[in-house]
Amino acid sequence: MSKLTIPIGPQHPALKEPECFIITVDGERICEANMRLGYNHRGIEKRCEEITYIQSAYLIERVCGICSHSHSTAFIQAVEEIAGLEVPKRGLYIRTLFGELERIHSHLLWLGVAGHEIGFDTLLMYSWRDREIVMDILAMVSGNRVNYGMNSIGGVKRDISPEQADAILKAMDDLEERTKYYIELGLQETTLIKRLSGAGSISYEDATRLGAVGPTARASKVDQDVRRDDPYAAYAELEFNVITDDHNDVYGRTLVRLGELMESYKLVRQLIKNMPDGPIRKKGPRKIPAGEAISRYEAPRGEDVHYVKANGTDKAFRVKVRAPTLANLSAVSKMLEGDYLADVPIVIAAIDPCFSCTDRMAVRNIRGGATEMHNPGSLRNFSIDWYRRRGIDFTDLNKKLMKRLERV
Amino acid sequence: MANEEAIKKELEEKFDFLKDKIIIPRERRLFTEPVEIEDFLKAIEYAASKMDFDILTTITGLDEGESIVAIYHLARKDGTMLNLKSKTPKENPVMKTISNLFNGAVFYERELVDMLGVQMEGLPEGKRYPLPDDWPEGQYPLRKEWKREMLDAKP
Repeated sequence: MSKLTIPIGPQHPALKEPECFIITVDGERICEANMRLGYNHRGIEKRCEEITYIQSAYLIERVCGICSHSHSTAFIQAVEEIAGLEVPKRGLYIRTLFGELERIHSHLLWLGVAGHEIGFDTLLMYSWRDREIVMDILAMVSGNRVNYGMNSIGGVKRDISPEQADAILKAMDDLEERTKYYIELGLQETTLIKRLSGAGSISYEDATRLGAVGPTARASKVDQDVRRDDPYAAYAELEFNVITDDHNDVYGRTLVRLGELMESYKLVRQLIKNMPDGPIRKKGPRKIPAGEAISRYEAPRGEDVHYVKANGTDKAFRVKVRAPTLANLSAVSKMLEGDYLADVPIVIAAIDPCFSCTDRMAVRNIRGGATEMHNPGSLRNFSIDWYRRRGIDFTDLNKKLMKRLERV
Repeated sequence: MANEEAIKKELEEKFDFLKDKIIIPRERRLFTEPVEIEDFLKAIEYAASKMDFDILTTITGLDEGESIVAIYHLARKDGTMLNLKSKTPKENPVMKTISNLFNGAVFYERELVDMLGVQMEGLPEGKRYPLPDDWPEGQYPLRKEWKREMLDAKP
């Protein structure tokens, strides 16, 4: 049979975000997989050189909608390291707590997506229902379901009250019980095991050689986790296991994530139990002295790396973001080789890709041949106009917000 | 910090060009000052093969005015990070690929090509990353002189 090249994406029903996979198949088997990325590039690194550190912290949080806390923590850690700022213990604990809550919501989200990709939509309904428990917790403490805005240079912005702590512990009990059910399902449900086993297989050697990270690497027995290897925030004082698996395939990645959920519940309980009293933040300087730092963070999808170089002003000289998905994409090409075409969606989904994280720029909006340039200010005005034309006016709300900000 | 000092000592003894050019800002972190490409390649090969720095987390490109600097963030299993820097004149920025050492480096190197206009020798053929196919030639967004307005300027 002659070989055939099929482009999948950038817009495709099987993909949740724009990216293009160029798959060469021989019959049903994939012989080669290439990709074209960058459709979500938003110029965040460049923008961070133009705005202050405080503004950057907000922008960086919006690199990704799911692991937003990961990015903001990684960035702020680097800034704090350059400034030599020591964050109060309680601040570090709350930061870590949010990191773990985020991991829980992200892994439950992934479980649903994975279920959906293999036609097991009941699992999607179940796990997304349960995800609401942790989303409610995040909203209760931070006021937001995503982009929590918890981090600030020098600590966190909101404290946790004893009532909230109780609610979190209660939620962990509920989630743990349900996760146990999913683990049972993962270990016993024949359809699930058969569908996922062997799909997207990658050996230990290939995973290390191609620089895979996070649950993707850990499912190929790569024993690496920044939380343990290069501890940050409060992780040095906490006890947890790094979950690895030797299935090397999508099934292994499912088990690793389910195992990590159980570890996260354990971590959240420890954090609440051992949370020290005291201030939650220290006021950070506006100008950061010259210097450079690299900060690592174990995001739900793998290691997130931020490099910051400061030059003594209130703006960064350079900010570099390496999201986990980019590190895993080289491995995806390898995983797809030799697999069936029908496995493409689940294999891609199994690294829990996030292309918004991976790409970070686009300053043009081409409409009818004319090029519109947008900066954050004009984008904001654009959105206000857009809503106003549809009868929704935020003017009063904005005024109130500005007043509140002035008071603070 | 004994561990970090040992790494510093080993590198300094092995490579003359790294003498007094390694900084240890904190535990588990080492930074070098930028060195010429040929020297850098020797150092990275040694660090990767003889010192267990077998994880390349990413490559950061910087526009330092006179030169383009690339920082190769290497890590090893114990959490130590070695940040090796190479430099090339901005007038004619040429670097060599390390994708033979680290297969996963290709995307990071393509970023240097697109965002800073580095000519990467030996980089395997493939789609560009991350800028669009119709991005104007000769515009490198992460260079300091680049401004958004330049996108609309008539050639």
